[in-house]
Amino acid sequence: MTIDPHAAAETAYARIASMVNGPLAFMEVCGTHTMAIGRAGLRTRLPDDLRLVSGPGCPVCVTPAVDIERAAALAVEPGVTVATFGDLLRVPGANGTLQEARARGGQVKVVYAATEALDLAEIERTRTVVFVGIGFETTTPTVAATVLRAQSRGVHNFCVLPAFKLVPPAMHALASDPEIRIDGFLCPGHVSSILGTMPYEPVAREHRIPCVVAGFEPLEILSAIEALLLQLEEGRCEVENRYARAVPTQGNPAARAIMDRVFVPCDASWRGIGMLPASGLAFRPEYAEFDALERVPVNVPEVEDLPAGCGCGDVMKGRIQPPECRLFGHRCTPARPVGPCMVSSEGACAAWYKYGGGS
Amino acid sequence: MCLAIPGQVVSIEGRTARVAFGGIARDLATDLLPDLAPGDWVLAHAGFAIQRLEEDDAVETLRLFAEIESLGGPVGSE
Ligand code: SF4
Repeated sequence: MTIDPHAAAETAYARIASMVNGPLAFMEVCGTHTMAIGRAGLRTRLPDDLRLVSGPGCPVCVTPAVDIERAAALAVEPGVTVATFGDLLRVPGANGTLQEARARGGQVKVVYAATEALDLAEIERTRTVVFVGIGFETTTPTVAATVLRAQSRGVHNFCVLPAFKLVPPAMHALASDPEIRIDGFLCPGHVSSILGTMPYEPVAREHRIPCVVAGFEPLEILSAIEALLLQLEEGRCEVENRYARAVPTQGNPAARAIMDRVFVPCDASWRGIGMLPASGLAFRPEYAEFDALERVPVNVPEVEDLPAGCGCGDVMKGRIQPPECRLFGHRCTPARPVGPCMVSSEGACAAWYKYGGGS
Repeated sequence: MCLAIPGQVVSIEGRTARVAFGGIARDLATDLLPDLAPGDWVLAHAGFAIQRLEEDDAVETLRLFAEIESLGGPVGSE
């Protein structure tokens, strides 16, 4: 059998159109989905009544300004090198970016993996290397494993600034907000590779919102949208997995065990959204020596979380689409970004600017 | 940031796997998937293998198409 993905997509579009009989909002809780939806131009082909809204799915965008300020302050501490994923470099805190801190003489190194920051610490034994720990459940186990490596290799000049976020608690919080309409969740593919499908069960059950794990190919996303529509049609609110090749039901238990060994859930602030219960991770006391908050404490003043006029909070709650922000497109562009959602390549505003949103 | 790339394990030494991504080979940490074997397909994220892949993309596309077909409706290819 030869397959024609274009024909398959046309079939899916037609079927989706026939299944939408009123206004619906599906939220994708994954920045990689946001980009894939934009790139494939899916919105332009879906019925007007079906809104795809972006949630707080970009780890860089949800990192509070105060954490970026803290990383920037660490970068200018004597004897400290800050190591970070490049995605964070251009995101403004309240007083500028890590890139600007580096231009002012701060020590900031871009790494592609937490293990690279550990290698750096092994080479520069006289400096303290602080890795900025941002990310969701996809990334956090890699950092936890790196902490365990640091411990077993006896590298004591390596530590992590914990700013991790957990996805299911954020879905709970958004689903509980009466001002936000969500008729279905497109669950993040690679977060689910670690979590499996179980953590979404309470979201589907308690809030009566269908949840479907989706892959990243246009056809996979369309298939997940169809699955959500089918559930609504049949009055079901369940967790379905449309990315089974990368998401076993049980996820990756070894990765979760490593994450649980090093970290414990704590309340955490999401940029523009606020404090969400048990949605972040703190070091367990046994690993306190790797906690940058303990090891190299710096004083950071209270700061405004978002620049004046920036609607990123409402964008990431799915309350508005990016063009509804007054700054979108004229004051705020990827070349001169105002808020985090325009800076990050996976931010909802950047995706809309680059690809257009469609109708 | 949660992008993960599929690759195929070529060899394993200690807690490091050599993984082929198309024509390029890179080393990945196997701490999160301790029992990998050469030939396995994996998802790579931030220097680690984070999950096994059941099949490669080509097989999956076929499965997906079959799935869409099984939901009923017109079939757009032969
Ligand atoms: S367009 Fe710019 S200012 Fe407005 S919400 Fe998006 S990032 Fe913030």
